[in-house]
Amino acid sequence: MARSLIKVSPNPRRGEVMEIKTLISHEMETGFRHTNTGTAIPRDIITTFVATYNGEEIFAAQLYPAIAANPFITFYTVARDSGVLEFRWTGDNGYAVSEQVKITVA
Amino acid sequence: MTRTASVLFALGSLGAVARKHRPVVFVAVVGALAAPSLAGDIPLGERRSGYATMSAATQAMQDDDTANPGMLWVLDGETLWRRVAGEGARACADCHGEAAQSMRGVAARYPAFDAKRGAAIDLEGRINRCRLEQQQAPALKSESKELLALTAYVARQSRGLPIESDDARLGPTIEAGRTLYERRQGQLNLACAHCHEDHWGQNLAGNTVPQGHPTGYPVYRLEWQGLGSLQRRLRNCMIGMRAESYAFESPEFIALETYLMWRARGLPLESPAVRP
Repeated sequence: MARSLIKVSPNPRRGEVMEIKTLISHEMETGFRHTNTGTAIPRDIITTFVATYNGEEIFAAQLYPAIAANPFITFYTVARDSGVLEFRWTGDNGYAVSEQVKITVA
Repeated sequence: MTRTASVLFALGSLGAVARKHRPVVFVAVVGALAAPSLAGDIPLGERRSGYATMSAATQAMQDDDTANPGMLWVLDGETLWRRVAGEGARACADCHGEAAQSMRGVAARYPAFDAKRGAAIDLEGRINRCRLEQQQAPALKSESKELLALTAYVARQSRGLPIESDDARLGPTIEAGRTLYERRQGQLNLACAHCHEDHWGQNLAGNTVPQGHPTGYPVYRLEWQGLGSLQRRLRNCMIGMRAESYAFESPEFIALETYLMWRARGLPLESPAVRP
């Protein structure tokens, strides 16, 4: 049940600086832990996050084992044109989730 | 040796003594807390949710539904609410309809008295009873993602409503819970009340000791990096007191939960809350 929560103002004014908040459900297993019997628990984390605005990359982040579970990433961009914001998380074991939010710039 | 290190060293040596001469160390270590003042309950007007003593950043995290990771479980719970399960081939929604109406205020009344079994039952237990009897599906495991998600979804519908505990039939369970709450236990020989009645607001290591009102369960605890039930939190406290924890869904835990909700009556529910 991969889940994400995204908060973007749906109707920003042109030129407005808008805050974008993203939260995604992920265990972020560091790879440094062991089970009770001493077996290493393999790393399973999100490694990259990319946000695009009408296809143009506006924000990207690389994530490492020190990032907490359920990464919360928030950033800003300037509202220029109506269109689609796309968010893409990729990680270990073929993890790939993408979400789209439509915005209409007044 | 730094000051912290010497304190740790001192505690360590006391611990070593503790195993041989327990009564003596009881006076030495727990001395400050030893007098079981149990001065009585916190006056109703002075009760505070743990929210009040959290940092501003953690409060902001709880207040914003897009920053509160507990909402991820609520969303999963909504999916499960509508998913058909078991041989009864029914979803929660088929009997209960829209949770926003049917479940409003429900979590604020739990643990409730189950007339059929003549005992108190908590929200997790109620959900599992519904699964077994109505959906004819296997019970969900304690602390499983599914059970936490459904509980969080149901509890979310009561956010902001005052906790109610006015069923007279719960009286004996509340009393049993109070007895457990005030009883010394574990190798540290502490009762819940020693910290949460007599020393709330003071510091335990880097944390403020809260009054211990279960206003936001299931809760997203930053330390856990996940959602957990009140029973998991109680287990944590018991392990901290070096006591043997009760089993999940045991009558002792139900009694403690019932007492704690009675003790928090009137405080608004915050589920799913965020705690440090």
